[in-house]
Amino acid sequence: MQWETVIGLEVHVQLATQSKIFSGASTAFGAEPNTQACAIDLGLPGVLPVLNEGAVAMAVQFGLAINAEIPETSLFERKNYFYPDLPKGYQTSQMAQPIVGKGEVEILLDDDSRKRVRIHHAHLEEDAGKSLHEDFHGMTGVDLNRAGTPLLEIVSEPDMRSAREAVAYIRALHAIVTYLGISDGNMAEGSMRCDVNVSVRPKGQETFGTRAEIKNVNSFRFVERAIEFEVERQIELLEDGGKVVQETRLYDPDLDETRSMRTKEEANDYRYFPCPDLLPVMLDEAYIEHQRATLPELPSEKRDRFENTLGLSAYDAGVLSSTRPMAEYFEAVLAVCGDAKQAANWVQGELSAHLNRENIDIGNSPVTPEQLGELISRVLDDTINGKAAKQVFAALWNNEGTSADEIIDARGLKQVTDTGAIEAMIDQVIAESPVQVAQYREADEAKRGKMIGYFVGQVMKASRGTANPQQVNGLLKQKLDQA
Amino acid sequence: MAIEHADVLRAAHLARLGLDSDTEAAAYVDDLSRILEMVDRLRAIDTEGVAPLSHPLDATQRLRPDEVTETNQREAFQACAPETSDGLYLVPRVVE
Repeated sequence: MQWETVIGLEVHVQLATQSKIFSGASTAFGAEPNTQACAIDLGLPGVLPVLNEGAVAMAVQFGLAINAEIPETSLFERKNYFYPDLPKGYQTSQMAQPIVGKGEVEILLDDDSRKRVRIHHAHLEEDAGKSLHEDFHGMTGVDLNRAGTPLLEIVSEPDMRSAREAVAYIRALHAIVTYLGISDGNMAEGSMRCDVNVSVRPKGQETFGTRAEIKNVNSFRFVERAIEFEVERQIELLEDGGKVVQETRLYDPDLDETRSMRTKEEANDYRYFPCPDLLPVMLDEAYIEHQRATLPELPSEKRDRFENTLGLSAYDAGVLSSTRPMAEYFEAVLAVCGDAKQAANWVQGELSAHLNRENIDIGNSPVTPEQLGELISRVLDDTINGKAAKQVFAALWNNEGTSADEIIDARGLKQVTDTGAIEAMIDQVIAESPVQVAQYREADEAKRGKMIGYFVGQVMKASRGTANPQQVNGLLKQKLDQA
Repeated sequence: MAIEHADVLRAAHLARLGLDSDTEAAAYVDDLSRILEMVDRLRAIDTEGVAPLSHPLDATQRLRPDEVTETNQREAFQACAPETSDGLYLVPRVVE
């Protein structure tokens, strides 16, 4: 039987506010346990939460970025359950009237085609603390620094049909939130956490199969592998005449498998009700328009412009718009050199190779976009050839000069285009290579094409790489074919 | 809507309330049934076209600027905790 995979995702994005969603405690990462958990975060009696405007602004910006409706009124509700890292006994969240309504995210597939994933809604909520189960004399330790950190939970429709599409969707969300600057998007530190709903159904069937939810998958790679494992598990189960049980499963990256997490027969009953401590949040037109005015150009808009206006390939446009620092670097290079194709080649080629080799983020590149732009300009105006350009790049990378021009001058890399000078070098090479010249002249046209490489190499060497290779080639051919 | 003994036990479990005896549970069956009777009477009212009331106060949420205003008061807060260690609150072991 042919099976179809159906995937929906709930992505929790930690918002990059300074303070918590309902209190003035800091959200800085890595502090000593419980030094950033105030009376409100601890749920002590008599405290009153007050909503953080920064978190509201970020949620609205996200909503506008995915063309979602932003309802005039949204509400906070209490989701009730008991766990030691949730001292109040409830999580303040939103359900009936979330801050962001239906929207859409465009994803880029492996074949460079595009697909729209519908967003059901996105809502604001607070994070819980952390339970540490290492041995504290047989007890569990609780750190509440994370309690009250603002999260935006983005809930998709079940629109994805493969693990690759799910990864493309998370990448698209990652790009949007980091472009907006509303999250650092650091998956390793838990700034983006995914719950994946997976089901399978016979191809052509309308109704969805029973789904399993995989909790807390925290890297692009694990999302893909967790889904692949889960799909295979469900298909095997169904083909053996079994049934998929609706349950929560956990992905174990070490064993590369998912396993059942909650086997309780009792379904969760969170008994949501409106939070009496928080009033309805009203956002007027002026506020929403004010947020809209702060939006930067978004990844999909950049990709379109790179492809359609700058004439880059779909692939190049996708890579260069994938992160904001990458896009900004590329655009700064382009502003200096004026040639999009060359700028794209250098950023994705020589620069990315150096960055990857030394594991440096593009934002910390030792070669500035202005330096690279000037270097490319010198190639474009024939001051240097491609070979010399790589030398200049390496020198800039190693901080052996402050600008391309300075390095070109200091090292005498200026391209030799003077015909007389090149001819002199050619004559010398021919005079020093009688054997090769004789072989060349006896050879037929096809062989000569290959053999000329030797002479070009010798002349380039004689010029210390500065001769114009096209000129060398043309003049050599003339002189060798003469006799 | 009728409420039964089992419903009371379930609600008590969800709220982590310990009921001492069947007599106590029976008293809750009675009390909660009367509350639900009142809800049924409210339900009978025609509310077509009336927006749901999310909060009894006719006011909207005030927003706070995104600034850190709290300082570390861990020592004070942990003074009233039953047990702490290495800055952590200790609770009976949670079995995953």
